[in-house]
Amino acid sequence: MRLTFKLAVSVKIVLVMCFSLFIVSCGKKEQDVSGKQAATDEAVIQAQQAAGVNGFSWDMAKGAKIKVLLNQHMYAEAIIKKIADFTQKTGIEVDYAITPEENYFDKVTTSLNSRSGDPDIFMTGAYQIWEYGAANFIQDLTPFIEDSNLTGPDYDIADFYEGVLGACRWDLIPGHKTGAGPYWGLPLGFEIYSLAYNKKVFADRGLAVPKTMEELIEICEKLKEFDGRGTYPIAFRGSRNWATIHPGYMSTFANYGAQDFVIENCKLVSKVNSPESVKMTEDWVKLIKVGGSPSWSSYTWYQAGADLGAGKAAMLFDADINGIHQNWKGASKETGNIAWAVMPLPAGQQTLNSNLWTWALAMNKSSKNKLAAWLFMQYFTGKEYALWASLEMKSVDPARASVWENSEFKKMMSQQSGYLETFKATINGTRILFTPQPHFFETTTEWAATLQKIVAGQYDSVQQGMDELKEKMDEAVEYLKTE
Amino acid sequence: MKTQMPKAADKATINSKYLKVPFLVRARPYFIMAPALLITIGIFYPFVAAIYYSLTNYSFRSETYNFVGLKNWIKMATSPEFWHAILVTGKYALATTGSEMLLGLGIALLLSKNNFFTKILKVVLIFPLMVAPVIATLIWQLMTNNSVGILEKFLNLFGIYNFPWASSAKTALFTATVIDMWVYTPFVIILILAGIQSLPKSPFEAARIDGGSAWFTFKNLTLPMLKPYMYIALIFRLMASLQEFAIIFALTKGGPGDTLMNLSITGYTTGFAFLKFGQSLPYVLTLWLIIYFISRKLVSKWLLVQKTAAGN
Repeated sequence: MRLTFKLAVSVKIVLVMCFSLFIVSCGKKEQDVSGKQAATDEAVIQAQQAAGVNGFSWDMAKGAKIKVLLNQHMYAEAIIKKIADFTQKTGIEVDYAITPEENYFDKVTTSLNSRSGDPDIFMTGAYQIWEYGAANFIQDLTPFIEDSNLTGPDYDIADFYEGVLGACRWDLIPGHKTGAGPYWGLPLGFEIYSLAYNKKVFADRGLAVPKTMEELIEICEKLKEFDGRGTYPIAFRGSRNWATIHPGYMSTFANYGAQDFVIENCKLVSKVNSPESVKMTEDWVKLIKVGGSPSWSSYTWYQAGADLGAGKAAMLFDADINGIHQNWKGASKETGNIAWAVMPLPAGQQTLNSNLWTWALAMNKSSKNKLAAWLFMQYFTGKEYALWASLEMKSVDPARASVWENSEFKKMMSQQSGYLETFKATINGTRILFTPQPHFFETTTEWAATLQKIVAGQYDSVQQGMDELKEKMDEAVEYLKTE
Repeated sequence: MKTQMPKAADKATINSKYLKVPFLVRARPYFIMAPALLITIGIFYPFVAAIYYSLTNYSFRSETYNFVGLKNWIKMATSPEFWHAILVTGKYALATTGSEMLLGLGIALLLSKNNFFTKILKVVLIFPLMVAPVIATLIWQLMTNNSVGILEKFLNLFGIYNFPWASSAKTALFTATVIDMWVYTPFVIILILAGIQSLPKSPFEAARIDGGSAWFTFKNLTLPMLKPYMYIALIFRLMASLQEFAIIFALTKGGPGDTLMNLSITGYTTGFAFLKFGQSLPYVLTLWLIIYFISRKLVSKWLLVQKTAAGN
């Protein structure tokens, strides 16, 4: 009798839960395909109508409250310092949260997927836009940018470097390049890729800065244990993570004439096993073995930069801004000894391509305070703020050309040996070098894992490793249509 | 004596009496049960939801999802990554639990003697347990760094340079095991030490009077009587090491290559990095199944050992 009662209760609980689960899942499906989409589009129209009454003014969303999610970064530190000024200027209250980079995008993705409208604004990179845009998580900013009632007359969007602003534009079609289509974010700052080196180490040994990959490998041979055991020639990233691929590796990959994907019969097809790609990867692996840190496979940008600053590495092939944080006065042991040069190219290559990473601000598609959110974005990507952040908070590299032309900024950066010259030589060839597609993090994480396996000698040849990688990448994107 | 069934008239009387009892008194059993029921729902609901979503193509990448039946499960079972993850999970669990049990037993036996040094050591050896595994891993990453790490300098004294630690596929499991041992061996020590201190004294005194050697006493008295405590330590450590995430993730994110891609890391990466939740859930549920069956087996074994140790 008791057993029957228990059984009955258990069965009822399970049925209730299954039923509620069914209701929740059914509800979600219906809500996603109709209600939310219409509601968010209406929010943009409402913002336009509200602004259209009296034209643009910074206090047109006075009294609103927005939530901002920030990654722990120098760009975020600068924003936080200016939030009080923003509130004073606009009457908008800002509630911000800051999350370490390691878990930042997990939090952003989960929050956006809830479609609750929290946060209204968040920091993002260009590659994340390919996921978030495809999932309809983020707001197309084009109606805001193009509406003079919503955007201040001094905003000057043309002031952004084309390649950097273009990194935040995409037409949502897999395989189509960035730089065209809706605006999904506005850049706070960015990084290009170059060779940072310890000029004292080079001068003491009478070494010239390498211009080609062959010269770089030769110099690495000469700089082995250049300052005793524990020191090594060149630092770069190597962890099992997409971030290992996008800096020096991807830039060099493009400079060898290799491509990650091409479009064939309306489908994306990986070309990472092409002769150019294999040759580049062979040279890169040689570079790691000859000159890299013995701990290379666990290195993120932080460890790589810290080793240059500590005098453990003689060179750093990474973001230009990674080295600069080791070279500000008092920042590291090798402060003042770090200089920059353009990245080495394969022999015979004249055109310099650099991938880029940008930290941008994006708006949640489900935000309920779009007008206030847009004013926040406008303020913190505007000219005035960009100049202040660059000069006072050392928020480099600024995405606005006007900051680079500013005499005070030029003076500040001219103390960094070769930094401005390297930037000028690289910026015109700087753009997103990956093929945009929503499985970016899967394909590049597999790429990093394959690189680690090749270095560890787990394949008979580089070709074998890249063939296997191609299969994995093709499988990840097989259902995507490029039209 | 046979109990008589109440007649219809009696039933009506009972019901009317019951209804006269205040509602709060009648509802008391449900209120008492409510916290347990809420906790059960809190555990059970996500579990049922996980099973449900593992049968769909649910992903953060898309606004809608469809029922796909066993497709995700079949895909997982036929992928080499899954079998590799099972192997890594097993190797890691055996390596860490085995070494921690042996080391924990040895240290607990040494600490069972009461003197000045053991009193200090009992306090000091607990320290690693107070450090979060992720923090412990970051400390070890620094210590094993080939440029600045203290362990590298130590190995240099013996003529060993650039020991690869977590950077090499050959030594990554060893490195993760060492960190796991550093963090969790104190837990095993505490449990076994508590067991040693609760053992009855008379059998040991009898063995000493009869001239039993130290090995004889350990093999025939200490070890059998300690078994229930060792089983508890074994159950806790094996379960935790089968689902280990923090140390491996903070150390190598599953690398180099796929060297440390266990079920937890593979499930996490598929779900949170690749946003394929429908595909990641079979990994997590498989891990749950493995842990469930192993823990059931070990708990019944523990009950048996406990009975034997108690002389029943």
